[in-house]
Amino acid sequence: MTIEFETPKPIANQQVMLKTVAENMMRSISREFDENEHTIPWSYVEFMHMAMKAAGGGGGLTVTEKPKEGDEKRPPLGYQKLASQIEMLSWGDLGMYLMTPGGGLGAAAVAAAGSAEQKEKFLERFNSDVPTYAAMCMTEPGAGSDTSSIRTRAVLDEKTKEWVINGEKIFVTGGDKSFTHYEKLGKGFIVVWASIDPTAGRAGMRAFVVESGTAGVKINKLEKKMGIRVSDTAAISLVDVRVPFENMLGSHNVEKDNKGFRGAMATFDATRPLVAASGLGVARAAFEFLKEKLEENGVKIRYGLPRQKLSNIEREVIDMEIMLKSAWLMTLKAVWMADNKKSNVLEASMSKVKAGDVATRLTQKAVELLGPLGYSRELLLEKWMRDARITDIYEGTGQINRLVVARQILGYSGSELR
Amino acid sequence: MYSFEPNEEQQMLIDAVGKYAENDLRASAHDNEENKELPKKLINKGWEIGLLQASIPESYGGFGERSAVTNVLALEEMAYGDLAGALAVLTPSLFAMPILLAGSEEQKKNYLPKIVAGEWSPYTSALIELSFDFDPNALKTTATIVEDKIKLDGAKSFVPYAKEAQEILVYANLNGVTQGFIVPKDSAGLSISEEREKVMGLNALPMYKVELNDVKIPLANRLGGASGHDFELIFASMRIASASAALGVAKSSFDYAVNYAKEREAFGVKIAQKQAVAFMLADMRTELEAMRLLTWEAAWKMDNHKEDLCSSAYLAHTGAVDMVMMVTDRALQIYGGHGYIRENPVELLMRNGRGFAMMLGLAIV
Ligand SMILES: Cc1cc2nc3c(=O)[nH]c(=O)nc-3n(C[C@H](O)[C@H](O)[C@H](O)COP(=O)(O)OP(=O)(O)OC[C@H]3O[C@@H](n4cnc5c(N)ncnc54)[C@H](O)[C@@H]3O)c2cc1C
Repeated sequence: MTIEFETPKPIANQQVMLKTVAENMMRSISREFDENEHTIPWSYVEFMHMAMKAAGGGGGLTVTEKPKEGDEKRPPLGYQKLASQIEMLSWGDLGMYLMTPGGGLGAAAVAAAGSAEQKEKFLERFNSDVPTYAAMCMTEPGAGSDTSSIRTRAVLDEKTKEWVINGEKIFVTGGDKSFTHYEKLGKGFIVVWASIDPTAGRAGMRAFVVESGTAGVKINKLEKKMGIRVSDTAAISLVDVRVPFENMLGSHNVEKDNKGFRGAMATFDATRPLVAASGLGVARAAFEFLKEKLEENGVKIRYGLPRQKLSNIEREVIDMEIMLKSAWLMTLKAVWMADNKKSNVLEASMSKVKAGDVATRLTQKAVELLGPLGYSRELLLEKWMRDARITDIYEGTGQINRLVVARQILGYSGSELR
Repeated sequence: MYSFEPNEEQQMLIDAVGKYAENDLRASAHDNEENKELPKKLINKGWEIGLLQASIPESYGGFGERSAVTNVLALEEMAYGDLAGALAVLTPSLFAMPILLAGSEEQKKNYLPKIVAGEWSPYTSALIELSFDFDPNALKTTATIVEDKIKLDGAKSFVPYAKEAQEILVYANLNGVTQGFIVPKDSAGLSISEEREKVMGLNALPMYKVELNDVKIPLANRLGGASGHDFELIFASMRIASASAALGVAKSSFDYAVNYAKEREAFGVKIAQKQAVAFMLADMRTELEAMRLLTWEAAWKMDNHKEDLCSSAYLAHTGAVDMVMMVTDRALQIYGGHGYIRENPVELLMRNGRGFAMMLGLAIV
């Protein structure tokens, strides 16, 4: 190994292209879809599906890298490419990035906890000719951070060999697109986390693939949100929902180890740096916009001066740049570790802690520094501040990720530090 | 390509420096601070690891090639042991490294072999000036060219080992540009304070005031020769070094805090089991990682001659100054009242941690 910071060619090339997409397909319609909540930006959805298929990536933002012949020596880049893509698309529009066709967290759960057959059966659809979505349902009205306290139940009907699921899920990103039938979309699914043995706690938790259109599933509402308004966030109830036996991911025995739960956690280890990347994309957008506006108004940032000689605004901007750049390097390191099969629990959560802070603070500060310009809905900065705020909440709040970091540092289990 | 792990050779060096830092520097840091001295034996042992020697090419008496990345890794590890000790071991770099980076061929031939041959010898440099707005790019010490001489006037502070040094590299303002000048000890008009500098931390490191009144040196003593040199590269290297040392100091107090928090009990549990403490530790670790990566990147840019090296080095240093203050301060808080007692290591680390805001130029990679 070595220490290097050269952006790999394939990533540099991809970023040039994605920047054009971000500017022309996303930013140009950002405001419109922020003001018209719950409408679907078909132009973006269809363009992205087509573009990703043409690029050979299947229809989705996933780790697509397959080793090419005679290329064994080239280091794996899959997650690094993906994080860079996500950063750039979120620089365009964070909410719209969440609308990028593909399996999202639902497919990530199948990939992390499913068997080979399950992966083939459920993931193939994302390569089809129409945009297709999947979503993940963990959160419930009474269980957010404390995922082990979910109350959704799955009971096996011994006669039909079907799982019968009852419960209520909220805050499902892409839940509507994944479950509701839309003419322009392929058949998606939602992954529902439920307990098969309430006495077993975490060991009893399992994920179930529930296909679009399954009877008993109802989308109750789409949340109205502060930001990322173009992304649908669904509340879903499940009443006597029947799914085939083989739609349960992982082992059906309640083993005393926490395999099912660990499956969920493995999903998060992989996705936390990606959420970090998305938050940093918006943060960079806000930072660049701030610098541009300052420059237009004749404020130059004098890099290189000691703190005592800087104006307050210069200090703020320099501090922002430090936050932004260091958080991005942490994110890169976390995905680089994933690519190189190194355990990255600590680094993944640290990148999420840092990016959650940076995305939040940097955008809030930028709005403050630009005064009325920052607050005006005629510009996008105020939207970016609203959008960015989700980064420190989903995929583990800042607090939950700090707990993960602290446990790693201290060598503590969940019961020693809760 | 991105990559975030030291290579094998670097790892071996880190291990070697780490052993010395832990067993020699860290073990004696408290006593050295209290006694205000660093035993020569201790310094020589650190010198023998050969960090500077490995940066100097064979043609000038060394045995290697300079890598800022490698030096950053080594300096963090060394400063982890003790900042005063680390700065002392590397004081000769303050003179040698600028010559390596910006000196004329003649200066390299003249000085580098004798500095790296044999035992540690006190070559040093003088950059800092005692004023609130000290800025290495706008020095108050002046250099004027008078016929075939250079005339130096001004006052320098915090010059390590000035008293013993045979030669001092003095930085001064020549027509608005910072330039280095090699000033021999016996130059007329050069005076070095009898008393050592008194500062909040770093008491083990002997530092002096240096005054220059109408000091005249030959044109050839200008760093880089008669036509001078680019200060930016040296400055970037100083910033990166300072950031690396800050990482070491922060890591040291972080490790003390983790161990203490796992030992100390309050309200029937280890204090580390309280979120208020655990979250401080998580933030400390996160900021350390953030600034470490920023510092590594700046060093890598130096090794690879990247255009934006200077702003990178500036950002890494500025960020590290805040980080080391935050981390060392929280470590002290985690120790509670015991942290305030000088028998425990964290208060010294915090005093040293504050120094990074103004101690630019005491290390160079
Ligand atoms: C827009 C949006 C999209 C989402 N998408 C999805 C999705 O696709 N799928 C999905 O399953 N979920 C999703 N979520 C849910 C999200 O992951 C949860 O909201 C989040 O995990 C927090 O849970 P909660 O809202 O119940 O807060 P709570 O768990 O009630 O937390 C409230 C506060 O208490 C703090 N807290 C909780 N426990 C601790 C502790 N042990 N120590 C210290 N502090 C603690 C939290 O940090 C927080 O500040 C989404 C949420 C939103 C808003």
